[in-house]
Amino acid sequence: MKILVAAKRVPDPNATIKVRPDGTGIVTDNLKFVVNPFCEIAIEEALRIKEKQGGAEVVLVSIGDKVAQEQLRTGLAMGADRAILVLAEGNVEPIAVARAIEKLVAQENPDLVLMGKQAIDDDSNVVGQMLAEMLGWGQGTFASEIKFAGDKGSAVVTREVDGGLEDVEVKLPAIITADLRLNEPRYASLPGIMKARKKELKEIPIADLGIDQGVQVKTHKISPPPARQAGKRVETVQQLVDLLHTEAKVI
Amino acid sequence: MSNVLVFAEHQHKTFSKNALVALGAGKTLAAQSGGECHAAVLGTGIGALATELAKYGVKKVFAVEHAALEHYTADAHAQALSALAEEKGCDIVVGAASSIGKDLLPRVAVRLGAGMASDITEINGDGTMVRPTYAGNAMATISIETPRKVISVRVTAFEPAAAEGQAEVENVAAKIDEGALKIKFVGFNETKSDRPALTEAKVVVSGGRGLKNGENFKTVLEPLVDTLGAAMGASRAAVDAGFVPNDLQVGQTGKVVAPELYIAVGISGAIQHLAGMKDSKVIVAINKDEEAPIFQVSDYGLVADLFKAVPEMKEAVEKLK
Ligand SMILES: Cc1cc2nc3c(=O)[nH]c(=O)nc-3n(C[C@H](O)[C@H](O)[C@H](O)COP(=O)(O)OP(=O)(O)OC[C@H]3O[C@@H](n4cnc5c(N)ncnc54)[C@H](O)[C@@H]3O)c2cc1C
Ligand SMILES: Nc1ncnc2c1ncn2[C@@H]1O[C@H](COP(=O)(O)O)[C@@H](O)[C@H]1O
Repeated sequence: MKILVAAKRVPDPNATIKVRPDGTGIVTDNLKFVVNPFCEIAIEEALRIKEKQGGAEVVLVSIGDKVAQEQLRTGLAMGADRAILVLAEGNVEPIAVARAIEKLVAQENPDLVLMGKQAIDDDSNVVGQMLAEMLGWGQGTFASEIKFAGDKGSAVVTREVDGGLEDVEVKLPAIITADLRLNEPRYASLPGIMKARKKELKEIPIADLGIDQGVQVKTHKISPPPARQAGKRVETVQQLVDLLHTEAKVI
Repeated sequence: MSNVLVFAEHQHKTFSKNALVALGAGKTLAAQSGGECHAAVLGTGIGALATELAKYGVKKVFAVEHAALEHYTADAHAQALSALAEEKGCDIVVGAASSIGKDLLPRVAVRLGAGMASDITEINGDGTMVRPTYAGNAMATISIETPRKVISVRVTAFEPAAAEGQAEVENVAAKIDEGALKIKFVGFNETKSDRPALTEAKVVVSGGRGLKNGENFKTVLEPLVDTLGAAMGASRAAVDAGFVPNDLQVGQTGKVVAPELYIAVGISGAIQHLAGMKDSKVIVAINKDEEAPIFQVSDYGLVADLFKAVPEMKEAVEKLK
């Protein structure tokens, strides 16, 4: 089985995000970047499938600046076999990301594409679904468990949905997007990091993929959210309940 | 002038607030573009649902029946909804940013060649929209530049449509190429609860890692939840540890809630959690660590051991009644 895994470079989820005063984006000086946590989970899942089934190949793909090499190396150090970096400057819209990966799918012919359910920078939660439609494939989004049928012609995906857990059966090849409970990603080991240096990391300029990069969604400005002020400290439970009753009038 | 088609989702043949909020936003978008607002219900045996929807001030309700739509699946629904939008000349498709809307609408956007904006929280008069990014730390003002547009709306950010008038219901034969379907519904393991839905409740009480285990959610937190008639939520840490089911997670990557009153118990207030609740009207935090970041967004903060404070609070609330 060949598995393509999408991995995005994003700011560390624990970092404090500040909006630039000119409204053009966020302050990136001294910001630490990591593999999008959901993509890390996708990579881990691909590695587990490979370990279980044997003979699988795990290929990483990222679309972004040259610096996204770092995140691909992290994935290679976790155990992925090789990586492809589609070089693009600046903001690449989700639709263009999906189109770029569509082209790579045509070149690589994977049996499965694993991705994160959401990139924690743009919080769009759309790329996997868009890609599935472009390819005419099935999708199992927000996955918390994946089970393959004996003949590997399909997979049953447990999905975290409103009100509970849903199981769907998807024919392979398919797109599966990872939710938080799918697994706990491993850390790269030191030997893993050494090995990763020698693994193939191919770069392709986005222009070479021949995709439509016309603007579909234009960003006019980025602003800070309305600030919320800290209120009062209360000393006792009784005081809290009284204030909620008489002042805030919510109970 | 663009006509709007609102995807009215239903679960087990009942509408949740999601459908009516999508309608509310859809009507705003239609008014802005000078077009008409229609609604679509997809499924089997949906006559009564369509009739109900017709009371909410739309121009027309399209009832789309097909055996392949019996259970929600992304590919069949995407085919049917996009075919309907094309057939009825609706250039704007709107739905809730719920688990169904998130799963479905990007596929519809691709089928229609439409630009997609997800999880929007504001519709501005100049045609731009606002959507939170970076866990709500940066609000992006955007516009969709393509003639066709697909939009999912954050359910807490818009008012549900009010009942007005009685629209016509038109039955439409679904256009579905069944040979192309790759997804089959297998089963739904529902989290059973008699409490109000998390995204619809006026009061939400959420527990975090501070509760220590699932048993304490039951014996310590739930009595307060029920005394307040509240919905129960949780932090990711509590869900990951298996204290409570997945669908109670509030946050950037869980549910977004904005009740009148949100009570965070034993929750530190990580930005990912704040992203899901900081638009609540009144926020209360109960935490034994006075430095916990949750206090920075709380209207009322109580530094206390939750195991003492929560049962006391239950008693005090009961006395009010
Ligand atoms: C990609 C990603 C997505 C995420 N998405 C979400 C999300 O959607 N929602 C979410 O919630 N988190 C999310 N997180 C996790 C988030 O970063 C935090 O780890 C999580 O919110 C912490 O949960 P907590 O506050 O319950 O636990 P902790 O941070 O461990 O806090 C526990 C709190 O309980 C208090 N406490 C302990 N004992 C007591 C006591 N006896 N009495 C009173 N107080 C007590 C402690 O002082 C502490 O403040 C995400 C993280 C990542 C990386
Ligand atoms: N630039 C990118 N490079 C690689 N993968 C991406 C990129 N953007 C999005 N993805 C993938 O698509 C998923 C969903 O992203 P989004 O729809 O932007 O929230 C992410 O979790 C990634 O797996």
